Amino acid sequence: MTMLPASTEKKLGLVIDLDICVGCHACAVACKSWNSTGTAAPLSDITPYGAEATGTWLNRIHSFEVDDGEGGFTLHFPRSCLHCDDAPCVPVCPTGASYKREKDGIVLVDEDLCIGCGLCAWSCPYGARELDDGTGTMKKCTLCVDRIDNDDLEEIDRVPACVRTCPTSARHFGDLGDPNSEVSLLVAARDGVALMPESGAKPVNRYLPPRSRHPERSSAPVRTPVEDTSGASGFLAWLDRALSD
Amino acid sequence: MHPAVSIVLFTSLSGAGYGALIWLGLLHGLGLLNLPPVLVGVFAVVAMVLVGMGLVSSTFHLRHPERAWRALSQWRSSWLSREGVMALITYVPAVLFAGALISIDEPPAYILILGYVTAACAVVTIICTAMIYRSLWTVPQWHNSWTVPCFLAIGLAGGALIVCAFVAVGTGGSDFAPAAGFVALAALVVAVLVKLGAWRACARAKPESTLASAIGMPRRAKSARLLESPNSSQNYLQKEMAFRIARKHALKLRRVTLVLGFVMPVLLLIIGVLLASWFGTFLILLAAGSGLAGTLVERWLFFAEATHKVSLYYVTEAV
Repeated sequence: MTMLPASTEKKLGLVIDLDICVGCHACAVACKSWNSTGTAAPLSDITPYGAEATGTWLNRIHSFEVDDGEGGFTLHFPRSCLHCDDAPCVPVCPTGASYKREKDGIVLVDEDLCIGCGLCAWSCPYGARELDDGTGTMKKCTLCVDRIDNDDLEEIDRVPACVRTCPTSARHFGDLGDPNSEVSLLVAARDGVALMPESGAKPVNRYLPPRSRHPERSSAPVRTPVEDTSGASGFLAWLDRALSD
Repeated sequence: MHPAVSIVLFTSLSGAGYGALIWLGLLHGLGLLNLPPVLVGVFAVVAMVLVGMGLVSSTFHLRHPERAWRALSQWRSSWLSREGVMALITYVPAVLFAGALISIDEPPAYILILGYVTAACAVVTIICTAMIYRSLWTVPQWHNSWTVPCFLAIGLAGGALIVCAFVAVGTGGSDFAPAAGFVALAALVVAVLVKLGAWRACARAKPESTLASAIGMPRRAKSARLLESPNSSQNYLQKEMAFRIARKHALKLRRVTLVLGFVMPVLLLIIGVLLASWFGTFLILLAAGSGLAGTLVERWLFFAEATHKVSLYYVTEAV
C-alpha cells in the first residue's frame, strides 16, 4: 500500500499566485475550520488561550522579506502539502497509513493505521505534515477530499476550502496533469514554479512568482505639492516667506 | 532534529546489543572466547535483553504503540518496517543459539552455525536501522555514505566492549581471552576513525538548498529572511525539526563523546586485562559502561546536530 502508484489518472493540486496573495491567513483559517468540523477528529489546539498556544494546521502562511537586488519586496507565502508525484512521505510509512490515490494523485493518511512514528514528516522537505497532539496521528492537507467529491455541496463549493475562501482569488485548484486545464494554462502563462525542485519529489502544486514591478509603476514621478505663491503680497507674502524657510 | 530520548536509547542500546551478538556468535564459533558454552548462551541472552530494551524504548516514540505491529507490514518500501521485521527475525537464530548452548550439555558443532546466522542477521538489522536515517534526503547530515558505516562501526565497538565485559566476568579476570580484547581495540579504532570522518564530511558539505529555492526563486531572490512567522509559539515542525539547542555545545559534546566512547574504554580495557584480577574485571566492566555512555552522547549529537530542510522556512538560510 505504501508503494507509490506508477502513474495517476489526474494530478490534482493547487496553484498559488504569490503576486496577489496579501497574507491575510483566511485560507489557513478556512482550512482549519473545515477540517476541524468534518468527518475526521478536529485538528487539535493545545492550550489555545494560554501563553504557549500551539496546534495543528495543514496550511501555514509565512511572510518573507526578499532581496531581489531591485529594492526588495515582501512575499506572503502559503505553505501546504504539494501532493508530490514522487512523494517521499509515502514509501517511508511502515504501516501503510500513508498513500497516494491512483485516481487523482492526492496524498492521504489513513489515521486508523497511523502509529504516529513521525517518519513521514521527517521525510518531507516542505513541512507539509504535522503530528497531532490530540489524536497522536499524522495530519496533512487532503485537498478537501470531503468537499471536492461531495455531491451534497453546490458545485461552486466543490473545491478545497482554502480556494473557496481566498478573498483575492490567489488560490486555484485543478488537474495539473492535464496540459489544457485552467490551472496548467495559468502555470504556463505565468511561469509557475515548483518549490525546492532539487528534492526530486516532483511536487504537483505550483507557485506563480510575483510579477516584476514595472519601472514606471514603482518609481512614478512624485508631484511636488507646492503651490504657486508668487502673486502674494503684504502679510500673506511675509507669512509665505516665514513658513518657507 | 529533536533528539528524542526513546530513539537515542533505541539506536544505542540495540546497536550495542546486536554488536555483542555478532561478536559472541563469531568468536565463540572460532573457539576464541575461553568461555564454557553455557556462559556464552547466558551472555547471548543478556545481549538479547539489551536489544529488547532498545526495541521497547523505540515504541515509546510512537504515539500509538498499541498499533506497533502494523509497522511490520510495509517492508517492501519502508526501512523502518524492514528494521522491525529484521529485529524479529534476528531473535529466531539468537534464541535457538542461546537456548541450545544453555540446555545441551555438549552442544554439537552445527550449533555454531546458528551463532554465525545470528551475527549475519544482526549486521543486516543494524544496516536497516541506519538506512532509516540515511534514506532521508531532508537531513543532509544523515543522507550520506557515512551514516551506515557509523552505525555499524559504533555498534560493533560497543558490542565488542560488552563481550570483553562478559569474558572478564566469565573468566574472573584470570584467563582473559586475548581475541576479545584485540577485537574490541580494533573495533574502537575503526569506530573513532569513521565517526571523525563523518564529522569532517558534514562540516565540509555544501548546502544544497536555500530559502530562495524553498520559496521557488532560486535565482531571483539574492537573499530572503522570515519577516513574520505563521504562528506565534513553536509548532510541531519547529520543535521536531528545527531543534537548535545542541549546536552551541556541539564541540564540547564531541570531545565528551571521544573521551567517554574511545579514550576511556581503551585505557580501562588495557589496564583491566593487564591487571588480570577482580579489580581488572571491574575496570573492564567500567570500560563497557563508558563506551555505552559515549555512544549515547554520540547518538544524541547525531540527532541534535542534524538540520532538516524544513528549517529553511523558519530559521536557516541554507541546508
